[in-house]
Amino acid sequence: MTEPSHTSPLGALAYDAAPESASIAHLAPSYGLFLDGQFTPAGSHAQFASLNPATEETLATVALASASDVDRAVVSARRAYERVWSKTTGAERAKYLFRIARLIQERSRELAVVETLDNGKPIRESRDVDVPLAAAHFFYYAGWADKLEHSGFGPHPRPLGVAGQIIPWNFPLLMAAWKLAPALAAGNTCVLKPAETTPLSALVLAEIFQQAGLPDGVVNIVTGDGTTGAALVDHPGVDKIAFTGSTAVGRMIQERVAGSAKRLTLELGGKGANIVFEDAPIDEVIEGIVDGIFFNQGHVCCAGSRLLVQESVADEVLRRLLRRVDQLRVGDPMDKNTDVGAINSAAQLERIRELAAWGEREGATRYTSACALPDKGYWFAPTVFADVAQSHRIARDEIFGPVLSVLTFRTPDEAVAKANNSKYGLACGVWSEKGSRTLWVAQRLRAGVIWANTYNKFDPTSPFGGVRESGFGREGGRQGLEAYLDV
Amino acid sequence: MSERLDVKKTYKLIINGAFPRSESGRSYPVATAGGDFLANVAQGSRKDVRDAVVAARAAQAKWWGASAYLRGQVLYRWAEMAESRRSELADHVGLAEGLKKKDAQLSVARAIDRIVWYAGWTDKVTQVLGGANPVAGPFFNFSLPVPSGVIGVVAHQESSLEGFVESVAAPICVGNAVVALASEHRPSPAVILTEMTATSDFPGGVLNVVTGVTAELAGHLVAHEDVDGVDLTGAGESSDDLARRAAGSIKRVYRPRPHDEENPLRRLRTFVETSTVWHTIGQ
Repeated sequence: MTEPSHTSPLGALAYDAAPESASIAHLAPSYGLFLDGQFTPAGSHAQFASLNPATEETLATVALASASDVDRAVVSARRAYERVWSKTTGAERAKYLFRIARLIQERSRELAVVETLDNGKPIRESRDVDVPLAAAHFFYYAGWADKLEHSGFGPHPRPLGVAGQIIPWNFPLLMAAWKLAPALAAGNTCVLKPAETTPLSALVLAEIFQQAGLPDGVVNIVTGDGTTGAALVDHPGVDKIAFTGSTAVGRMIQERVAGSAKRLTLELGGKGANIVFEDAPIDEVIEGIVDGIFFNQGHVCCAGSRLLVQESVADEVLRRLLRRVDQLRVGDPMDKNTDVGAINSAAQLERIRELAAWGEREGATRYTSACALPDKGYWFAPTVFADVAQSHRIARDEIFGPVLSVLTFRTPDEAVAKANNSKYGLACGVWSEKGSRTLWVAQRLRAGVIWANTYNKFDPTSPFGGVRESGFGREGGRQGLEAYLDV
Repeated sequence: MSERLDVKKTYKLIINGAFPRSESGRSYPVATAGGDFLANVAQGSRKDVRDAVVAARAAQAKWWGASAYLRGQVLYRWAEMAESRRSELADHVGLAEGLKKKDAQLSVARAIDRIVWYAGWTDKVTQVLGGANPVAGPFFNFSLPVPSGVIGVVAHQESSLEGFVESVAAPICVGNAVVALASEHRPSPAVILTEMTATSDFPGGVLNVVTGVTAELAGHLVAHEDVDGVDLTGAGESSDDLARRAAGSIKRVYRPRPHDEENPLRRLRTFVETSTVWHTIGQ
């Protein structure tokens, strides 16, 4: 896409296109499964395509793992666990993980390009967020591998064995890092199942494991669809399931493992409230609201998708927010100046459209950015709904797209009550210059993560995860080790 | 002179700090381990379970709103109350479990000591399970263990007092409110111990006990959408089915594992959530 995809009121001051080069990705035309340290075709030789959602072109084909392929992966992980990894000292495991962190840093540009091509997220985000954080997670958990007895979960922490890990399409490489790094540090071996629409960065990560000399079978990667994930969940040789994805699928997984000895952690949906008090610094608030909902096209489980504004400043916040939203540059994800990229898939675009239509049907007032959208690919213009009631679907259901619902409140008590009026409890934001009020609100919010005067910040030392129907277990920090230890 | 006639006690439910009979009006006979009639015990219903969950939800905010120091003192006072009624508890543990007097006394002593142990945890669990996180950026970031909310307990069926204490004291210690189904056939020790919460400064509703038929009540408790976590210790063969039903609203589930006693932290960790706050640092 060489044509500027954005009509700017700045006219001649508008940015020129600044595309990153797709050739940096070095993608192969097809990929096999990563089993026992080698790329190998699926037993059925079935392949499926991974598309670039910004162009709808095929990037590569990947193997579709069947139940018997999943079984090969679990057998490989079990063998590696028993013969190699459980006999590798913590200090040696640490050094493998440090190596992996370094290799991710070395290949960071390539990984960023692969991620943006496969996912549709702006290259600015994959370059500045996804890839550096993935490296940081391996670096952080590397250091834990030989210090587990100091992790504070009771005496004699031991690994669980073989971990089956199922990750979503919104942060493909980063979610792989969040799952693999603590599992390996704790001494488990892994079978990772990437999302159907974004398998490619995990396969580059597999090459990195080869370059790191990670022993064969310690990490196995099975690409595929929902049936592949289900086979992993049901496999009797798996000791632990870690899942990130929708609450509906998480519920099904919890039901399926309920009668087994498998351990389970779930990181599910959210409907994060971003609460703005009248004393908050408005300029920062506007940027925070935009980061909260339009980061990664709103494909973020902790997105600040419900804006709760104190009535006294609601009109001004909305006016300035809409002006800012009109400035967002939507289009080619490979352009370094792009703010909002492509929706990841046709299916997700359809879901966003459906829920946005519900917003209009139920009487909310819709504002949609007038930005031009490319002809090909999956796009949804940044959208803000005002006059939203708590009963509206757009205030209750996770949209997982660039759609913000704006509600108002008068008192801190009302803000807390409205924020907590959700079956979810993943993340919330609080904007105020008054520290005592921020902490008062934070104490009362039922959420796993609370951002005060910021939003959508992540760090390997900081535990992330939800309460209620947003799931259980934490990823990141000391707490993140618990998911992979027998304690 | 004729022998004095005992004043027999009616064993009722404990909901919201009050002692109702079941709203269903039902009762069922409970026998000693030797088979003698002990008492007619209130047979709780689905409605009683729901009332108890409502009470627990309201009480939980008050309980968690109290200082950790105060929660420790309240738990300790519960132990004081139990200490002064040791002989009554021992009589009932002995009758319910068929223990010799000395063994029953030892069981009661262990149960009371366990409450004291948890009383000392209330103001330490935050430091032990929480902490500050050195994120790479201008933020003060800290993680605190906060209670899951309302916990449903299917209490141990055989260990009428010790098992009950183990299942209810840990979640209460970390700030949850509890709805417990007492052992179906050995309910009296749990009922007596819970009566003492009324004289220990617990807000009514922090610990609710429903007696009755476990198979009838447990499904309603674990499927209740306002229950955040369930302890299936006493669910026996129905544990798998109950665990599946608990998935409906993504509940936290505790099921006993071998060697749990070697890691008592596990119970303290099960019904807490790590809540992490990021706050900007700037001039």
